[in-house]
Amino acid sequence: MDKLRLRFKKTGRAVYISHLDLMQTMQRAFSRAGYELKYSEGFNPHPQISIALPLSVGTASLCEIMDFKLKEEADISAIPARLTAALPEGIEVADCYEPRRKAAELKYLRVAGVFEYDERDGEQMAAALRDFYSAGEIVIAKKTKRGMGETDIKPAIREISFEAKEKSAELEAVISAQEPTLNPELLAQALRQLAPDLAPDFAKFTRLEIYDKNMELFR
Amino acid sequence: MDKRLERILPRVQKPARYTGGEYNQIIKDKSKVDLRLAFCFPDTYEIGMSNLGMSILYHTMNSLDFVWCERAFAPWGDMYEEMKKAGIPLYALESGDSLKDFDVLAFSIGYEMAYTTVLDMLDMAGVPLRREDRKELLPLVFAGGSAAVNAEPIADFMDLFVIGEGEEMNNELLTLFRQAKLEGWSKEDFLVKAAGIEGVYVPSLYDIDYKTDGTLESIRPRAGAPEKVTKRIVVDLDNAPFPTNPIVPSTEVVHDRVNLELFRGCVRGCRFCQAGHIYRPIRAKKPETLIKQGIETLKNTGHQDVTLLSLSTSDYRPLEQLCDGLLEYCESRSIGLSLPSLRADNFSMELMEKLQKVRKSGLTFAVEGGSQRLRDAINKNVTQEDLLNTCAIAFAGGWNSVKLYYMLGLPTETDEDIVGIAEMANQVLHCWRENARNKNRGVKITISTSCFIPKPHSPFQWEEQISKEEYLRRVNLLRSSITARNVTYNWHDAETSVIEAALSRGDRRMSSVIEEVWRQGGRLEAWSDYFSYERWEGAFSKCGLDMGFYASRERSVDELLPWDMIDVGVRKAHLIHEREQCYASKLSPDCRKQCSACGAARLMRGGKCDG
Repeated sequence: MDKLRLRFKKTGRAVYISHLDLMQTMQRAFSRAGYELKYSEGFNPHPQISIALPLSVGTASLCEIMDFKLKEEADISAIPARLTAALPEGIEVADCYEPRRKAAELKYLRVAGVFEYDERDGEQMAAALRDFYSAGEIVIAKKTKRGMGETDIKPAIREISFEAKEKSAELEAVISAQEPTLNPELLAQALRQLAPDLAPDFAKFTRLEIYDKNMELFR
Repeated sequence: MDKRLERILPRVQKPARYTGGEYNQIIKDKSKVDLRLAFCFPDTYEIGMSNLGMSILYHTMNSLDFVWCERAFAPWGDMYEEMKKAGIPLYALESGDSLKDFDVLAFSIGYEMAYTTVLDMLDMAGVPLRREDRKELLPLVFAGGSAAVNAEPIADFMDLFVIGEGEEMNNELLTLFRQAKLEGWSKEDFLVKAAGIEGVYVPSLYDIDYKTDGTLESIRPRAGAPEKVTKRIVVDLDNAPFPTNPIVPSTEVVHDRVNLELFRGCVRGCRFCQAGHIYRPIRAKKPETLIKQGIETLKNTGHQDVTLLSLSTSDYRPLEQLCDGLLEYCESRSIGLSLPSLRADNFSMELMEKLQKVRKSGLTFAVEGGSQRLRDAINKNVTQEDLLNTCAIAFAGGWNSVKLYYMLGLPTETDEDIVGIAEMANQVLHCWRENARNKNRGVKITISTSCFIPKPHSPFQWEEQISKEEYLRRVNLLRSSITARNVTYNWHDAETSVIEAALSRGDRRMSSVIEEVWRQGGRLEAWSDYFSYERWEGAFSKCGLDMGFYASRERSVDELLPWDMIDVGVRKAHLIHEREQCYASKLSPDCRKQCSACGAARLMRGGKCDG
C-alpha cells in the first residue's frame, strides 16, 4: 500500500515516552491492531515508519505526524479507532490519510506554553516577557555539534503573545519548525541566559498546530 | 499528575519508567475495591518489568475483584534524590497514589542484594521498617520470591512470607486479609490465622534461640504455627493462570519480549544450584498450551520476540514440536524465537540453525568446573567431549565466538582444576582451527569466572566459601595459565559474592546489619554503581557480627540451620547424600534416568513429577 499519514495527539502520561520509544510503541500498536507494517529491504529490515518532528520528552502535542506503509490494503477510515484502542494511555490517533505533500514542506508550529512563577505575579511577568520578546534580536548560547555556538532565535519566532494568570504567564507562539528548527524550550532557556529575573520556575509546552510556509494548515 | 512530579520528570533519565500508563495496565475504580495492594519490586522498572513472576502475579491478584494490585519499583539514583528533595513518597504507577495509603505492600524478592532496597522502598512509602513497629492491621507487609526460602535476614521487616509459587496462595491470603480488614481483626489474630494457610510463614510466631557459639539452639513455633512451612506449588501448570495480555512497557526494559515458561524445576541436580532444588518437582506445560499462550500473547502485545524460559530448555521433552509450532506462526511475521539455557550435551545444531537464520554471534556454555573430576563432584553433567563436539559443529556452521562460564571456589576444587580451565579453552581454540569454515574472521573465546556462593536448600548449603583473597589467588593462577591470544578472561570481583554468601545463609540477627547498611545509604546494591563492600564491613562490625561466621564458615550437617523451618520439598537427607557423592567425585543420575526420591514429588498431591 502507498504511503499513509497519521495525525495523533500525545498528551498526559505519554509525554514522557521518548522519540525512540515512541517508534517502538507505534510499531507494536500496529501489530496489536492487526496491521502489518511494510519493512524496508536489505540486510537489517526495519518497519517503514517516520515521525516528522521529534518531540522533546515532557512536551505535549495535539498535532504529531507519522508516515508509514502497510504491507496490505486496508480500510483507511478504520485505522484511527483501531490504532487508538491499541495504544497506551495518552496517545490518540485523530485521522489517517494519503499524504499529498512531503513532511519537508512543514514549516511552522503553533505552540502553547506555561511559564510558572511560584513567588511572582503573573501580570508583571507577562508584561516583562512581552518586552523581552519584542527585542530586535535574542542571541543565546547553544550547544551545537561543534561545541558551543551563538544563535539568534528571534527570526525563528513568527509571532508570540503572553497572557497573564495568577502565578504564571501563558504564551502562544508560532515558531519555525524546520530550517531553522526552534525547540520551544529555548524560549525559556533564553530567559535563563539573558534575563534570569524572568526565568520561570517551571516551563512546559504543547504543540497545537502545524503549518506550511504560507501559514496554511499542513496535512 | 502531581505538580511536583511534573517538574521533576523532565530532569531525570528515562522518565517513562516512573509514569505508568502503559498498554494493558490494569485500572480499577478505587472506591469499589476493598484492598489497595502495591506490588513492590526492589529493583528498577527495567528489571522488574522483565520478570515473568511479577507479570503472572500482577494478573492473578488483580483477578480478585476486591483487590486493585498496582506496581511500584525502586527509582534510580537521580529520581530518588529528586523525590527526596521534593518530599514525594513512593507511589504506585497505575494510580499515582502514595504507597502510605495502601492496605498491602507485597514484595517480590529474587536476590539477596535487594534487601536494602526493600527497606528503602518501605521508608520511601512512609511505612515503619520493622514489623514490631507496625502493630495495626494495616498495612500488611509481606514478601515472596526465591529469596524467601531463607527469610530470616529480613524476617524482622516482614509480617509474613509466602513460600513457593504465589498463583493460588496469594489469593487465599488476600481473601483472608480482606475479611480481617472488613471485620476489624487485630494484626496478631490475622497472622495466627494466616499461618494456617499452606505456604505461609509468619516469623513473629517462631522464637529463635541461639547457642553461645552463635549457632541456632532451637526454632520454637507458637500459637499453632506449623513446625515446618511447606512450600506451595501449582500442580497443574496447563491450567494455572497465565496472562496473555501482560503490560507492554512504553520504554525499553531488559527483556522486552514474550516469555513462555516451559516447565518448573530441573532434572539435573547440579549440587551448587539452589534454583535446581527449590523449584522442584518438575512440572511441564503441554506444547499445545504454550503455542496457544505464545500466539495469544504476541497478538496482545505486539512484541517481535519470544523466549522460552526454563532452567534447562533442552530437557523439555517436546521441544522440537513446540519450536515447530511457534515458528509456523513467527517466521512469516518476522518474529524472533530464542532459546536460552540449552545444554552442551544434547544441543541440537539443527534447531539452532532453524532459530537463528541471520545472526550467528555467540554461544555460551556454563561449564562451571575445569576438570571432569570437579564436574562430577558438582554433578554438572557436561563432558569435554560433549562441549568440543558441539563447538565443532558450531564452528563449522559459521559461529566464531564462544563464552565459557566457570565458578572458582567450588568444594574440592584444586589448582589442577583451575589450570584445567585454561587447557579447555585451548582445546576449544584447537577445535576452531580444525573446523572453522572461514578462519579469516578469527575466533573469540571468553572465559568468565565468578566466586562460588553456597546457597540454602542446595547440597552445598553447609560448605565454606573461599575468602576473597583466596579467590584472587585462584584468578591469578588462571590468568597466568592462559597463553593463547584469542582467549580473553573476565572475572567477577568477589566482594559482592562474599556479601551475598553472608546474606543468603544469614539468621535473624542479620536484620540489624541490613538496616545499618541502608541507614548508611545502601540501596540498589545489585548494581555495581551503588554497591559498597566497605559499608557492609562497617555495618557488620558496628552490629557486632562476624561476616566470616556467615559467609565462609563450614557448617556441620547436624547444625540447626536458620532456614530449617522452611520445607521446599527436597529432603535434607537427599542433600546430605548428594554432598557425600560430591566428596566421592561421583555423579548422580539425572531425574530422567533414575528418580533419586529427593522428596519434592510429595508436593504433587497425587500428581506426577515429570522428572
